[in-house]
Amino acid sequence: MLEQQLINALSLGSVYALFALGFTLVFGVLGVINLSHGAIFMLGSYAALLLVEQLALPLWLAMLTAMLAAGCLGLLIDFLVLRPLRKRNAPHLAPMIATIGVAIMLTNLAQGLFGAANQRFPVGTIPEDSFTVKDMHVTEVQIGIVLISFGLMVMLLAVMRRTQLGRALRAIAESPKAAYLLGVNVEGLFFLTSFTAAALGGAAGVLVGLSFNAISPFMGQPMLHKGIAVIILGGMGDIRGALIGGLFLGFAEVMTIAYISSDLRDAVAFGLLFLILLVRPSGMFGKVLERKA
Amino acid sequence: MLQFDHVSKNFGGLQVLQDVSFSVPQGGIFGLIGPNGAGKTTVFNLITGLIRKSGGAITFNGNALDGVAPHKITRLGIARTFQNIRVFKEMTLLQNVVVGMHDQLDYGVAGVLLNLASFRQAEERARERALELLSWVRLEHKAHALADSLSYGEQRKLEFARALATNPKLLLLDEPVAGMNPSEKTELMAEMINIKQRGFSIFLIEHDMRFVMGLCDQIAVLNFGKIIAQGGPDEIKNNPEVIEAYLGKEEAA
Amino acid sequence: MAEWWEGFWLTYNTVVYGVGVNALLALSIYLTLSCGLLSMANAAFMGIGAYAAALISMQTDLSFPVALAASAALPALVAMLIGIPTLRLSGVYLAMATLGFGEVVRVSVINLEFTGGPMGLNGIPPKTEFWHIVLILALTLYCLARLRRSKIGRAFEAIKEDEIAARLMGVNVARYKLLAFVLGAIIAGLAGGLNAHYTFTIGPNNYGFDHAVDILTMAVFGGTSTLIGPTLGAAILTLLPEALRDLNNYRLAVNGLILILVILYLPQGLWDPRRIRAFWQKRREQRTAGKVI
Repeated sequence: MLEQQLINALSLGSVYALFALGFTLVFGVLGVINLSHGAIFMLGSYAALLLVEQLALPLWLAMLTAMLAAGCLGLLIDFLVLRPLRKRNAPHLAPMIATIGVAIMLTNLAQGLFGAANQRFPVGTIPEDSFTVKDMHVTEVQIGIVLISFGLMVMLLAVMRRTQLGRALRAIAESPKAAYLLGVNVEGLFFLTSFTAAALGGAAGVLVGLSFNAISPFMGQPMLHKGIAVIILGGMGDIRGALIGGLFLGFAEVMTIAYISSDLRDAVAFGLLFLILLVRPSGMFGKVLERKA
Repeated sequence: MLQFDHVSKNFGGLQVLQDVSFSVPQGGIFGLIGPNGAGKTTVFNLITGLIRKSGGAITFNGNALDGVAPHKITRLGIARTFQNIRVFKEMTLLQNVVVGMHDQLDYGVAGVLLNLASFRQAEERARERALELLSWVRLEHKAHALADSLSYGEQRKLEFARALATNPKLLLLDEPVAGMNPSEKTELMAEMINIKQRGFSIFLIEHDMRFVMGLCDQIAVLNFGKIIAQGGPDEIKNNPEVIEAYLGKEEAA
Repeated sequence: MAEWWEGFWLTYNTVVYGVGVNALLALSIYLTLSCGLLSMANAAFMGIGAYAAALISMQTDLSFPVALAASAALPALVAMLIGIPTLRLSGVYLAMATLGFGEVVRVSVINLEFTGGPMGLNGIPPKTEFWHIVLILALTLYCLARLRRSKIGRAFEAIKEDEIAARLMGVNVARYKLLAFVLGAIIAGLAGGLNAHYTFTIGPNNYGFDHAVDILTMAVFGGTSTLIGPTLGAAILTLLPEALRDLNNYRLAVNGLILILVILYLPQGLWDPRRIRAFWQKRREQRTAGKVI
């Protein structure tokens, strides 16, 4: 029934949006397509799992810690891989290829460490409660997902729009050199952005892990593909775009599963991607690409 | 040869060119001057098909330059250099110039794959012509060096030679001496007169007044997207509007 | 001696074939890179070629050369169709679009009946022989070498350096990009057709994102400035896992690490004529200056 699907779509879409947000932040500020974002997402999920399993942390604390851990991982990747490439003015596809290498390493290491099979949160970790309002079934998890995702997104938007920090970040997104000349600590803000983006990705990982209760080393890959579709849909580097694009994708997927066929679920993202690239490559909010005459 | 008739161009709400009319005669060197932001490079971009005009007509030797794709512009006989140099940095000087001859190399796939005489001869001729052009700008001794290793002034000369390789009837030069020292400027000036004498027509955009006055046969002045004067160097020098808009600022500076 | 050879061949013939096939794949992506295009679609084209050839061999009585011709023709057709709209995109957008295309192909193949669905095709007649691979590889290398020395090769390089300048030199950029794309698809398709006929089975997951990344790694690792680079890269990266059998579980992680290290420290790849020349130049200078090496 439609309202039920809308609820599912909202929940799915907000996670897509949250994931895409980190992705688009890195592109907007650092100018890099970080293809290891999916792996960070996956490791965030495992981090929460381990913290709950081994240290019996309450879920909220595990999530926070996992976000922190993911953020540190993002920082490490930036410091070890992206920063050296910045320093030597590498051609602009080089960082992207390098992050592919990082993604492969992290995924394979996770496979080696944790095994390839799906893992679940210990029984009782995930809140089981749900509400039924007029035939509509909403689980506590779904509510949590929407609240947390939107909460994080609103916070990020507030920072970007209303603080000095946000202004500095937007200046860097326009032109790192100009920002530098204006006295902005560009390198420091690059680190901060990498950390934040990764933390958001980790958060998305935990939420997805809770939502489907199936954590595997390979969960990052399809998510990454969806993330790519979302940021191209919404406009690369644009935060509103990631939000709206994510919700839109969630909606499109849920509708497809419900009314067409669940087999085509993964094709939806790419179908949309293709369409947008043909019609308006800059996406909904991206700056229009210079049309070569 | 090249005619602008009431051409206008706006980007969104910004009117960059307004009712621009001038005529570039065949043979000789024609200069377009004006303060920064007057719209000079836009004029070149319109001619070479990189952007579309908003109104008016541009004709070259009777052909309308209306939505002609940039790579076809060369076939019509127009070549261009750029304000911010666009040489192919990782290619040698020789290769750079030979790219300019792309359209003139008339061999097919069979020739390429089977190393036929048609291919070999065409390539050989292209090489020789490229070396000749490099000698016109006195760079033939560096033919096998990478374009990246050249000095700024030398890279400008390379762009010049490369443009000549397309065998143009009209050469568009966008600030050809920007960033050069006085001796390089004098050298290029002599080379351009040389080129003119070989039968090429030149249309250039420049800021350096001495260079323009000393070199051009005809000059047009652009200010805020409008042509405010057109004529020979002496007329322009003494035109009060021009002095106010452009030369005045130079003298004050 | 003959016995040893037979034994060796029986065990390792697929590895040797693999080197040839991977060399073709690496060359196919080299071709697009030489034109400035980062296309991640070649794994998908390989798949299209593989399925086309396999279906012909399994469903009809047509000979092997015909199947191979199809493995070149069908990808070429598809490349022309999707090339025209997508090649207008540049850099990162093109990479994303081709990635998306690859996924669309994979999902379609999984969901179609005649391609055997997720299980793929089984029991493909073994028709590939050593000389097939050698011949096709040699022909490819020859044609690419000749192309490099002609106006076509120069046009590719000019486009890669500066599209606008190339355009104004009379190069029809759109047409040449399409040419590089289609030729790359043909080579990848042939690799697929050859590969299918010695592995007996093919499936949709052989031609996905992971494989596209493998191909890119081989080319980037080997070096993309000459034809030797991709061939060398393919050879080393195909033989290396055999040599590193013990690390089998972490083989992918090693791949990822190699990619990162190459991007960071050998940005032009292993076979970089300029670096090699500079190295020998330095040694010569040191010798003549009488310094002890």
